[in-house]
Parts: sequence; structure tokens; C-alpha cells
Amino acid sequence: MTTHPHKDYAGAKLGMWLFLFTELLLFGGMFLLYSVYFKRYPQEFAAGGRQLDWIMGTVNTVILLTSSLCAAMAVTAVQRDELRRAVALIGGTILCAAGFMVIKYVEWSAKIGHGIYPGSEHLKSGPPGESVFFSLYFITTGIHGLHVLIGGALLAWIALKIKGGEVNAGNDILLENGALYWHLVDLIWIFIFPLYYLIL
Amino acid sequence: MDSNVQKVTAQPSCFWNDTGKSGLTSWIFSTDHKRIGLLYFYATFGFFLTGVLLGLLLRVELMAPGRTIVGPQTYNALFTVHGVVMIFLFIIPGIPGAFGNMVMPIQVGARDVSFPRLNLLSWWLYITGAIIILTSLFSGGGAPDTGWTFYVPFSSRTGTNVSLAVFGVFIVGFSSILTGVNFVTTIHRLRAEGMTWGRLPLFTWSLYATAWVQILATPILAITLVLIMTERLLGAGLFDPARGGDPIMYQHLFWIYSHPAVYIMILPAMGIVSDIIPVFSRKPIFGYKMIAFSSIAIAAAGSLVWGHHMFTSGMSDTAVMVFSFLTFVVAIPSAIKVFNWVSTLYRGSISLEAPMLFALSFILLFSIGGLSGLILGSAATDVHVHDTHFVVGHFHYVMFGGTGFAIFAAMHYWLPKFYGRRYAEKPAVVAWALMFTGFNVLYFTMQVLGMKGMPRRYYDYLPEFATLNLVATVGSWILAAGLVIMLVNLFRGLWWGAPFEGNPWGGATLEWSIPTPPPTENFVEEPTVTHGPYDFTGIGR
Repeated sequence: MTTHPHKDYAGAKLGMWLFLFTELLLFGGMFLLYSVYFKRYPQEFAAGGRQLDWIMGTVNTVILLTSSLCAAMAVTAVQRDELRRAVALIGGTILCAAGFMVIKYVEWSAKIGHGIYPGSEHLKSGPPGESVFFSLYFITTGIHGLHVLIGGALLAWIALKIKGGEVNAGNDILLENGALYWHLVDLIWIFIFPLYYLIL
Repeated sequence: MDSNVQKVTAQPSCFWNDTGKSGLTSWIFSTDHKRIGLLYFYATFGFFLTGVLLGLLLRVELMAPGRTIVGPQTYNALFTVHGVVMIFLFIIPGIPGAFGNMVMPIQVGARDVSFPRLNLLSWWLYITGAIIILTSLFSGGGAPDTGWTFYVPFSSRTGTNVSLAVFGVFIVGFSSILTGVNFVTTIHRLRAEGMTWGRLPLFTWSLYATAWVQILATPILAITLVLIMTERLLGAGLFDPARGGDPIMYQHLFWIYSHPAVYIMILPAMGIVSDIIPVFSRKPIFGYKMIAFSSIAIAAAGSLVWGHHMFTSGMSDTAVMVFSFLTFVVAIPSAIKVFNWVSTLYRGSISLEAPMLFALSFILLFSIGGLSGLILGSAATDVHVHDTHFVVGHFHYVMFGGTGFAIFAAMHYWLPKFYGRRYAEKPAVVAWALMFTGFNVLYFTMQVLGMKGMPRRYYDYLPEFATLNLVATVGSWILAAGLVIMLVNLFRGLWWGAPFEGNPWGGATLEWSIPTPPPTENFVEEPTVTHGPYDFTGIGR
């Protein structure tokens, strides 16, 4: 049962979309917690949000949007059979992903340096809502960061497949699905960013 | 596994031998949906037997008041592991993983599922998760003692190995999601020519509804389990009132998954029953469209009723009323199914063979379970019986009397198709009678005990409950005796029994139109479907 006479592209795409639903719902659980606790501790959440660096958040948003643009352009490039350009564009996406992670690292280490991390003494002694806000922040952005790493690795693997000739204009479903995954990672950040960095 | 491969190699060319590969690796690395289905079957059924043993131990402990064989800590671990194994390793993956994989692609007229390699990955994730869960029992602080619901705050504080067990369940959940993705895609994309939505067998319809629940609900479980791990490992405090968190939020998240999950468990069982009853009544199913629709309706409405697990946890009265109302709404599509099955039986030419007996007991036992569920769904009565043996009895009526008996029905109905050999009828009927009797003695007694006020999850009880507990324990032995007879008879038959050829049950769905056992490619030539799944015209017995 290893031979498949014809590939079902629509099926592969449907499967990917279904998988993306599951990712949305995974983060949905965290957004649900956010909304309930936000209603309970609006002041503490606003105070917590002010402690986050909105400039770094904005830069990261721009970086991720650019990375998504590169991913979308890579798909078009492969469909036009411009394989070298496609690999370069995926390289751009991965570079953006790396930049995003570096900024995230700087942000996290600054917070941890100030004694703000889940379970820290500082948060234990502060107001309860602040502890909830930062625990949610670290868990949500942590899981999102994990998705950035997975997405970057996935795209790197697909770039190798393009170089190897396995992904090309006639057979681009892998890249299309990989790019869809990347857009999802981007999309989730678009929700995380205002909820954590831009609340009043 | 290997020994039974040998037994069947004497058969004509079929999926057991026609790939030219044999041995363990041809199974555990196979992408053939039938082989993966059998792998799931043996793995899940192995865990079922493990769970049964634990359950029997629980009943022995409760046979008499006071300490009988184990102390409180061991008792806590026993009921937790019984629950975790039965729920996450048997009953959730049981029907979709085993019979869904074996039968569904053939029923829609496909050669395999949409993503055969993903299917294999799901099985491996399932096994990996299972191994992690088993490891958690014997390492760290010992077997989890929280109950299968892992409620905070206890689960974030207990010294037992909750983190590892929860991680194992997380991995198993991943497997469930991938199966769901695979099945929805397969049913959308790989139906044979002429296999319209109106001609899909109802088992496939039920798997379709189930797969959506697997896709939409399981991620919530995943994040909930991650949050337990962050509570334990990082001390995040999201569910800790001292730190601004709220334990009730854990219960909400947990039940947002786990209530729909009971529909992952029961819906495909209803599908099995919908497929078996018309075949053994020689009549087209009554209300095909309504049964198919009610599967979707149960999946949809069932996603909105999780709060009924929390009537006594602390919710606003409005929330209690809304959740209670929605719970009663779910009863409607469930009742639609029951009435349609009964109407199918009406004036049918019924033959009471083993699969039919199990399917008929499903209707009765599920109805008892379902009606007792309404007592729990109504807020006023729930407060009285909450956390008593009534809940245990109710749950087992639905899950064991329902899904369990449907799985036994499926084993007698479909396994001969895949082995090409049949079991002996008489011992199967004796086994059924014993199990049916033992089941009711065990669980009906539990419901009575619960009404009298015996709490669940206690290893000890007041002397006034002693007689009924003894009766329940004796019931568990009758049930176990029937189970042993059923298994010996079934597997002896599958391996050494008389040949099972052609279409002995007279089924009209596609799996009965292909050779027995099926060839690896399922269909000798691409099928074209010209009649409905329960159109028995011209199909004899």
C-alpha cells in the first residue's frame, strides 16, 4: 500500500485546515482564560500590560507580518516554477522567525531579570491579578514561541524538499500547507499582541 | 499477534498475506487501514482487560465495609488508573481507532484512508502515550490518585506522578485529533462513485460526527493538561485562589473537552447499533435521515452542556438553568435514535444471533443510562445524587452497557469478516446472557446505593450499605465470567473456527460485497454504489 496513483490535493488541504482548527482551539483555551480573568482583574491586567515593552511587541508584529508575506510569495514563486527564488523567500521567513525569537528572548530575560516569571517570589507577593496576567503571558507566548520554532523547522525542511526537486510547480501542496501553518502562527500573534501589549 | 498471523496464512489471498510481508514489522509499520485497525483493536482491548481487572479489584475492596484488600491510598490509585485506562486508552480510541479504521474506508468504497501514514503515526502516538501513562504508574511518586478528572487543587499538589500521566494523556489526545482529521477528510474526499451522503452507512455517519468532536474538543483537553503541568512544574498559579487563579476555571476547561468526549465514546457505538439492527431485522433502517442528523445534532448540542458536571461546584443560577436546559436538549436526538431503532425492529424478521443480542442490550442499557442521566441533568435532583454511586452506575450504564456492549456487538459482527473464521453461536449467547445479567446486578445496585446516599471514590462505607455492595460485587463476578467465556469462544473461533465466507449476515453495506478476508486493496475493482446501505433487495442470508 505504498503506491498512490494520484494525490488528492483538495483532500490534503482539507486535512490541513482541519488541523489548523485544532491549533486555534488550543490557543482558544488560553484566550478563554484571558477573557475570564481580564473581567475579574481589569486594573491589574492593564498595569501588567504597561510593564510589557510595546515597541518590541510592535517590531515583532511587523517581523511576523513580513515573514508571512515571504511565505505567501514563496508559494507563488514555486507555482511559477521559480524554485531558487522560493528557497530564498523561505529563507527570509526563517530569518524573520529567528529575529522574532531573539526579540522574544530579550523580552523574557528582561522580565525574568526583574523577578517576573510564573511562580516567582515577586509575583507571589504582588496583587493576585498581576500573577495571573504574567503566568498567562508566559504560557501563551511560550506556546506560541514553540509554534514559531516548529513552523520554522517545517519550512526549512520544505525548502530542502524544493532544492531536492520533490516540491515544484506540479507538486506544491507541502509548501502550501506549510505556508498555511505559518500564517496561523502569524494570525495567533496578531491576537496575542493587542491583548497583552496594548490593553489600556 | 504473530501466532494468529500464522493461523490465517492458510487462507486465500487477502490482507493477511497478499503483500508478501509477514512478521511484526509488517504490522507495526503498516499503513494498511485494516492492519492499523487490528493493531488498535488489540491494544485498546488489552487496556480494556487491564481496566476490567482494576475494576474487579475495586469491587472486591468494596465487598465489605472497612479495609478488605487495599488501603485508602491504593484504592485512590486503583480508581484513578481504572478511569484513565478505560477512558483515554480504551473507550475514546476504541471504536474509531479499531472498527473505524477497519470498516469505514471499505464502507465508503475507498482503498484506504486519506492519509495512511498519518494513520500509522496516530497509532504510534497512541502507543507512546500509553507507555508514558504506564510508566507514570511505577515511577516518581507512584500512580496518580486524583481520579481520572485530574481536578485541581489536589492534582497540582499531590505528590503522585500526575505530571507524567497527564503528559501521556496529552500525547494520546494528539493521536485522537489526527484520527479525526483523517476520517473527516476520508469521508469527504474518498467516497466511491454513487456513494452519496444519503447512502453512507450510519456507522460511517456516526464516525463523521465523532471525528468533528475529536477535532474541535480535544485541543481544549490538550491545553488543560498543559496547564496542569505548568501548575505543578512552574507553580503558575492560574488555578490557585491564593494567587488570583480560580479552580472552577479548571473544571470548565476540563469539561469543555470531557463532556463532548463522552460523545466521542457513545456516537460511534450508536453507529454500530444502527448498522447491525437492520441487518438482523431484514428491514431497511427506520428514519435513516433522522438517525444521521441526530448524530450531528448530538455532536453539536453535546458541546454546549459541559456545565452540568459542575452544578454543585459554584455557578450562577442562570448558568445552572441554561446548562440544565441544554442537557435536556441532547436527550432529544438520543431519543430519536432509540425510537428509530425500535421502529426498525417492528415487524422485522428478527434473528437473535450474538451481534443482535448485544445490539439490543445496547438499546435497553443505554436507555436506562440515558434516563438516569436526566436525573443528573436536572439541577434539583443532581444536588441530591451528585458524587454518589448513582453517578458511577449511570456512567457505566451509558459507557459500558452502551459503548462496551456495542463494541462486543461489533466484535461478533465484523471480526469474522476480517479473520474469515467464525465463533460458535451457543457459547456466545451464553456469554451474552451472563454478561447482561451480571451487568445489571452490578450497576443497577450501584444506582440504588447512590440513591441511598453512598458516596463514590470512598474505600469504606457505613454498615447499612453492606448488603447491596456485596450484591454488586457478586454481579461483577458474573459479568467477568461472561466476559471470559465470550473472549475464549470468540478468539478460538476467529483462529480455529469454521470458515466465514461470503455474506452470512446478509449485510448490504459495501464491506459485505468484497472477499472475506478483504484483500489489501479492499476492492477488486473500483466500486460503483447503486443502492442504499440498508436496501436488502436480492441479498439473502
